[in-house]
Amino acid sequence: MDFDTDPTSLYSVKGIVILDQDGNRIIAKYFDKSVFGSVKEQKAFEKNLFSKTSRNSTSDIVLLDGVTCLYRSNVDLHFYVLGSSRENELILEALLTCLYDAISTVLRKQVEKKTLIDAMDTAMLIIDEICDEGIILETDSQAVVQRCNLKGDDISFSDQTFSQVGQTFIGAAREQLKWSLLK
Amino acid sequence: ALLFLHPIIVNLNMDSKADMKREKKDEESGGNPYAKLDVTAVLQECRAFNETPINARKCSIILTKLFHLVQQGDNIGRTEATEAFFGVTKLWQSKDATLRRLVYLAVKVLSTISDDVIIVTSSLTKDMTGKEDAYRAPAIRALCLITDAAMLQTIERYMKQAIVDRNPAVSSAALVSSIHLMKKAGDVVRRWANEVQEAASAEGHMVQLHALALLYQIRSNDRLAVNKLVQKFAKGGMRSPFALCYLIRIAKQLIEEDDQADSAFFQFIDSCLRHKSEMVVYEAASAIVSLPNTSPSELAPAISVLQLFCSSPKPALRFAAVRTLNKVSVKHPQAVTSCNVDLEKLITDSNRSIATLAITTLLKTGAESSVERLMKQISSFVSEISDEFKIVVVEAIRALIARYPRKHTVMLPFLANMLRNDGGFEYKREIVDTLIAIVEENPDARLAGLAQLCEFIEDCEHPALATKVLHLLGREAPKTANPHAYIRFVYNRVILETTQVRAAAVSALAKIGAQCPQLRPSIEGLLKNCLLDSEDEVRDRATFYLSVLDMAPAIVNSLVLDTLQSSPAALERAAAEYVENEEAHSNKFDLKSVPVCSAPVAKKAKTLLAEEVAPAKEKKTAANATAAAAERLSQIEGLTAGLGPLFKSTLPIPLTDNVNEYTVQCSKHIFANHVILEFEVKNTLNDQLLEQVNVSLEDAEGEWKALRQRPIARLPYGEPSSIFVLLPFPQSGAVQGVLGATLNFKVKDVDPSTGEPESDDTYDDSYVLEEVELCVSDSVQPLGKASFGPAWNALEEEDTVEETFSLANVSSIHEAIKKVCGLLGLAPCERSDIVPEGRNRHVVMMSGVFRGGHEVLAKANVAIDPNDNSIGLNLLIRCSESIIAEILATAIV
Repeated sequence: MDFDTDPTSLYSVKGIVILDQDGNRIIAKYFDKSVFGSVKEQKAFEKNLFSKTSRNSTSDIVLLDGVTCLYRSNVDLHFYVLGSSRENELILEALLTCLYDAISTVLRKQVEKKTLIDAMDTAMLIIDEICDEGIILETDSQAVVQRCNLKGDDISFSDQTFSQVGQTFIGAAREQLKWSLLK
Repeated sequence: ALLFLHPIIVNLNMDSKADMKREKKDEESGGNPYAKLDVTAVLQECRAFNETPINARKCSIILTKLFHLVQQGDNIGRTEATEAFFGVTKLWQSKDATLRRLVYLAVKVLSTISDDVIIVTSSLTKDMTGKEDAYRAPAIRALCLITDAAMLQTIERYMKQAIVDRNPAVSSAALVSSIHLMKKAGDVVRRWANEVQEAASAEGHMVQLHALALLYQIRSNDRLAVNKLVQKFAKGGMRSPFALCYLIRIAKQLIEEDDQADSAFFQFIDSCLRHKSEMVVYEAASAIVSLPNTSPSELAPAISVLQLFCSSPKPALRFAAVRTLNKVSVKHPQAVTSCNVDLEKLITDSNRSIATLAITTLLKTGAESSVERLMKQISSFVSEISDEFKIVVVEAIRALIARYPRKHTVMLPFLANMLRNDGGFEYKREIVDTLIAIVEENPDARLAGLAQLCEFIEDCEHPALATKVLHLLGREAPKTANPHAYIRFVYNRVILETTQVRAAAVSALAKIGAQCPQLRPSIEGLLKNCLLDSEDEVRDRATFYLSVLDMAPAIVNSLVLDTLQSSPAALERAAAEYVENEEAHSNKFDLKSVPVCSAPVAKKAKTLLAEEVAPAKEKKTAANATAAAAERLSQIEGLTAGLGPLFKSTLPIPLTDNVNEYTVQCSKHIFANHVILEFEVKNTLNDQLLEQVNVSLEDAEGEWKALRQRPIARLPYGEPSSIFVLLPFPQSGAVQGVLGATLNFKVKDVDPSTGEPESDDTYDDSYVLEEVELCVSDSVQPLGKASFGPAWNALEEEDTVEETFSLANVSSIHEAIKKVCGLLGLAPCERSDIVPEGRNRHVVMMSGVFRGGHEVLAKANVAIDPNDNSIGLNLLIRCSESIIAEILATAIV
């Protein structure tokens, strides 16, 4: 897989990483094995990356060791897309936006460490759906959420609060009651 | 209805209680239950996959944990992984969508660490062709990952259907998987070109991109087809901005590769500058500015687009624009100057990567007249930025000085000022390195630079930097008008500093003494004081130099002024071999038997803007070629026996075009009295197996004769292998020669897919290669001398070989010097290869070591005749063996 030299190679995403507020790894998926071959190299890079980006504003871009890193943070989470330095930065940005928006939709806009951990399985599916072995698969967050078969009403029960579930059921029951009374 | 709902609500209630319990536990372990997973525990949990009915939620969590372990690099044994994988296959029965999706992911994740993943092929094939769209796409991707070329043929029909599927997810999955498969089974994928072509006109944005990329890869060997492809899509039909970006890349590649490329391609890229998507506009602009041979009028619209992006609210876009401008500024500084106002605004950007790129771009494009103003601007913010960025700024200043040497009057005080201010070691080192470079490269700035450095070491907290400066003083001070002025600075260090600085100061004193006889008595006096030092290293050095300084010039030269001519690693190896081999103890250890090589150049650390360094990967140099070759040759049994240590290896030279059926490249390994020619042969025909491959060499002069040869017994397709031919250097003492080479072999036809021979029949064939040239420079190892003058004088009693040439085909002094150094195989000393601008004559000093460890020195006087621009060369060569000096002189014809 040619991540750096061939300009016509589609392999351009070296990794997708989500870190918490202390720089600890929550999800990290690396595609370029020549740069991020071992976990040791990956962690060293994450540490360096976190120290360079954590103090800064909410969304930005930095070039680190020849890797273009786009990042975005919210509350206690930091989202990173690591791309080849030859890749169009705006394409990488589109990927980051897609990642963030898809996760935000699934977490119902509550993008926090706790909610993300509860929906870890879905988050992994989302990453699998937007990038395949380093090739960008999809950049439309709506399509990603839909493909993971996670349309709003389909989200598993455990992700909804008890009252929410209760309300839908009570609402449904009330409708039914109304109809039966009308008959 | 209410009664019916009741049990479900109770059920949910219980579930949420369990959830709360889990949360409580999570908080104790730092909030992330995935952070500290235990491999055995998770593998234990995997048994839940076998339960019926399947608990979807539970299994999903277990799978997620499993992925986490793999991601963390935890070692999962093959048996355990295989067991887990078989558990996963049971989950196919579940109807839960999330779990099913996770199962596909599990197949991919486990495919590398588990055995027998192939067993799920039929399940995946079923899902791939099934009704459920949500399962089809991930099933295709999982299936293509575990399949191989042979199995791919069985699902070929389904893949073709999937590529043209109306669902973009399915189509993209099939296309991207095909791109992955191009490496494994390119032949099969190439057969799907028609379907891929159809997909390229499909609706989905990403589908268009993936189809276009695959189509390009399928046709990339056929220039005409690629040309047609771009022409077709450039006319329209590509709505996806991603696909357009890709199309721009292909068009750019075509223009770069072909001088007579269709001008329509450039027009297409140019038209993309007016596209509505910023992504496409940026891609087009960056493509145009990086094209070779663009006229200013072609460049202008692209530059103005980038200029506009510089003030975009999006950091990514500003970054992209300024990074591209930075790159262009090297090639077209004039074009970028129009953006200077916008770039200056970016100096205060909140994103510091952008700010630094802006500064360095400004420094690169700055005209000589604007240097003062720029420096003033930098000094206004330099105290506010971090060390890392300061280093980048210093680097840019260094480049600026190299361009405008006359501006050292502005830069030196500026650097000295930066040196006096606060800063870490890395930053100070960068400044000191820059000052040292100025002193070495610019004779006009030498005095001022040395004065700044002397002042710096008076109060320097970093011993490493102090020793560096002292080393420089020892070398450079004798070249100044009054070297005694520096003795005070050096001797102050002996009194005040730590051990390593004191020792370095003692060496610097000795070097000044060795080169300035009039100062020697006073220096000897100072060295005598050092004999009472508290540290033995300082005392030892002082004692050693005191006894050496009075000896003959040649000895002073080699012991005080010269540096070690071999790499420490090679010296260590040779010494260890000598100690082990008791028979050799009757002779003295000979330093000449150690392979020579010049001092290793310190590898530059990556700076913030490492991109410019990154693509230039580790450059292949002759020095590390030699070390690698020595290792490789010694592993081949009986090849180098009795030849002595390897003196030098050259980089491989191709003897064929790289598009031929067989590619051959030759490297020369030089020993004291022999040459080994290594022919690396590669068979690029997949339907042939070559046997008994050998090379026959012919020398028209009859001087060179092969002693023995090591042929390749079997050369299958695609696996390079080497033939070795041993040639002794001719008795006549000649070192040059041109040998005609022919490759001889027996061909066996084989089945391209299996590599098995179709029959035992073979036929002889031969293949004429380009000539192998042995030249003088092969026998010489370039080795720069730190102080050339004394070494030159030391060889005074030897005969000097003098020759005068007039050089053809050379247009400048610089070029002539490069050519002479290349032909002789010598390294220029004391940076004498830098030709000051506007001179019409220049003397370059060169040195090196001839095969057998004989030192060779040469002076070349190059002059250009302003009337007809012809270049004359006067060459003086000295060597302890006069025959060698004569051999060297024959190098230039």
